[in-house]
Amino acid sequence: METTREGIVCNNLDQMDVVFDRTEVLHDTPTSYCPGCSHSVVHRLIMEVIEELGILGDTIGVAPVGCSVFAYHFMNVDMQQAAHGRATAVATGIKRVLPDKIVYTYQGDGDLAAIGTAETIHTINRGENIVMIFINNGIYGMTGGQMAPTTLEGDVTSTTPHGRDTLIQGHAIKITEMAAIMDGAYYVTRQAVNSAKTVRKCKKAIKQAFQNQIDGKIGTNFVEVVSNCPSGWKMTPIEANKKIDEQVLDYYPLGDLKTPPKGA
Amino acid sequence: MNEELIIAGFGGQGVLSMGMTLAYAGMVEDKQITWFPSYGPEMRGGTANCTVIVSDTIVSSPIISTYDTAIVLNQPSLEKFESKVKPGGTLIYESNTVLNPPTRKDITVYAIPAAIEAGKIGNAKTMNMIILGAFLSKKPLVSVKSIMEALSKVLPERNHHLLPINEKALKLGMSLIK
Amino acid sequence: MGKKLLMKGNEALAEAAIRAGVKGYFGYPITPQSELLEYMATNLDSRGGVFLQAESEVAAINMVYGASGTGTRVMTSTSSPGFSLMQEGISYMACAELPCLLVNVVRGGPGLGTIQPSQGDYFQAVKGGGHGDYKLIVLAPNSVQEMADLVYLGFDLTDKYRNPVLILADGALGQMMESVEFPEYNVEEHFVDHSSWTTVGRENGREQHYITSLHLLSEKMEEINVHLQDKYKKIQENETRFESIQTEDADILIVAFGLSSRSSQKALELAREQGLKVGILRPITLFPFPSDELKHLANSVKGILVVEMNAGQMVEDVRLAVGSNVPVDFYGRMGGMIPQPDEIVDKIKDLYKQVKI
Repeated sequence: METTREGIVCNNLDQMDVVFDRTEVLHDTPTSYCPGCSHSVVHRLIMEVIEELGILGDTIGVAPVGCSVFAYHFMNVDMQQAAHGRATAVATGIKRVLPDKIVYTYQGDGDLAAIGTAETIHTINRGENIVMIFINNGIYGMTGGQMAPTTLEGDVTSTTPHGRDTLIQGHAIKITEMAAIMDGAYYVTRQAVNSAKTVRKCKKAIKQAFQNQIDGKIGTNFVEVVSNCPSGWKMTPIEANKKIDEQVLDYYPLGDLKTPPKGA
Repeated sequence: MNEELIIAGFGGQGVLSMGMTLAYAGMVEDKQITWFPSYGPEMRGGTANCTVIVSDTIVSSPIISTYDTAIVLNQPSLEKFESKVKPGGTLIYESNTVLNPPTRKDITVYAIPAAIEAGKIGNAKTMNMIILGAFLSKKPLVSVKSIMEALSKVLPERNHHLLPINEKALKLGMSLIK
Repeated sequence: MGKKLLMKGNEALAEAAIRAGVKGYFGYPITPQSELLEYMATNLDSRGGVFLQAESEVAAINMVYGASGTGTRVMTSTSSPGFSLMQEGISYMACAELPCLLVNVVRGGPGLGTIQPSQGDYFQAVKGGGHGDYKLIVLAPNSVQEMADLVYLGFDLTDKYRNPVLILADGALGQMMESVEFPEYNVEEHFVDHSSWTTVGRENGREQHYITSLHLLSEKMEEINVHLQDKYKKIQENETRFESIQTEDADILIVAFGLSSRSSQKALELAREQGLKVGILRPITLFPFPSDELKHLANSVKGILVVEMNAGQMVEDVRLAVGSNVPVDFYGRMGGMIPQPDEIVDKIKDLYKQVKI
């Protein structure tokens, strides 16, 4: 009888095939995310992609302010922690002086689509050759469940106790659609991770985004991941993933919003 | 030698470039120099001025309140700077543009019809060089040779065909004050 | 030394930065520093660096943060309102100990203010400026030549201490032209190896590097603060720079930095012509401040006059340094006005009467 790294007791472990393992690009530490949170899934997908593409020695990530402020404790790549909203400006600084390196940002909706909107728009407009991963969970998780720019109409948060009223708080922002109309964008897609099927598709999209940068395609690669926040939404993870299917994806439909022209 | 000079007029009259040329020529002759311009929105079509200090010793303050010489190319500048000329100092003004001449008796005043003279030699933009020539004939701070060397640096390469007419204007200006 | 050139202060500063091996410049237009940005736009790319006009000063300072984190010699420049916008990013850089050269070509405030020269940002420059306990190394040029010279020093100090360095100039120093000679400077000889902490990718599987200013454990955050304070103390001990002018026999000591030290120097000449024994102490580093030299001079002079282009900011540091040993008077102009030499002479005469020499 042996004990695995995760502490599960198994019989005859040495006779078993390993069919799934943590990528070495993830730190061997529990994340600080709540049970069922999409962050952990997306972290793993990005790290797997970095490992599979063999770019660990060339990759620099930028962490935002938000729940993923400590992303560098989980993602075992060189990282810089940016001021709230400024991740893409930091990434621009890195990529401009080291154009051969692979640079990505990992940002939530408050960071990317509220306080950092100007940086987001102008980074994409300049066509910075970076990957932007946009975690859209429709709420401010880290500060305790306040309204995000992407909170859906009618949703209750701690700062919209009567539900988001578009006449007062405006509309859930469609920043990915904005990204897609900009000439500087190379690849813009919206994905989710609320089911095995969407997780597989999402990983493919993230991999494509990084591959585009590796290939030196000119322009920004933007991957939105429609995510859950069970704690902030006050739901079980299963209920939260169901809400994504039943409500969120109506407003934020999945799919590619901009793909490179054929042959590009 | 320490000459503290203000040059003032409308933007576009070549006020700043006249000062810069003089400063550059001073540097060519290994003198200590400072050129300090007015800057910002006031220059857009309004008045412009620059202070030039040419000295044998270190220039202490680039900011001064009274001047050894004032060169004024329009009426508002005359009104602003006539009182700032040190007693016994010099005031040179462009007499086609400045209609109400200076009144002070304790300074030396020269009226130079530089705009008309510039028209006569066929290039209105040489007006500033005519004035500079007049100034240098009274205060030979630097040589004509140094001014021409300075001009070849201050003028962009594409305008170097204008060097001869500028030299002509400079010398014409020097002949206007007897 | 090379040959003499006639340049604006802003241009001389930019040229010196390129010669000092700056590899990244990120900035945003604002009067009266735009010539610096334009000079970089014209020259930096062809001389081995990267120029980028950011969408705001906020973005610019964060681009500097990112580029600095790769160990690249990097800088930005701005003027007062833009410098206020950069404060958050500067605080982060101070905590994360990222080297960079900052330039504030100060204009008159508060608010949108005026584009004319001022020293109204002294407090912001030397007392931190953003949130938290931190300090910048602050260099104050007073001529076009020093606009160039202090760039080399600034880059060396920022690399040596891993602390942002600020050149605090003003609109007049940026706009005026004087002759300038660029010293010989071998970039390679001044190279500092930052590879132990920079984020450039985990080459050959080396351990992870990350750059952060977030430390939620108070014990850890205090530790970092203690480290920063130790560093500032070391800087205070080793990097104080000043110029003394005729202080040996001075009755009245003028303390002035930057442009107002030039007006003061003219005032000194005028005062000496009238037999008044005036000297000047000009701080070149505003942090570290030459407090010890001031304390020393307070023993021999009978009065101190602080001349500034603000409502009285550095005068507080002078008073802190000399205590009640000697009367300290102040003369300042604000909002873009410049103290005139004759005004300073009048003030010197007042002080003479006051201290009954």
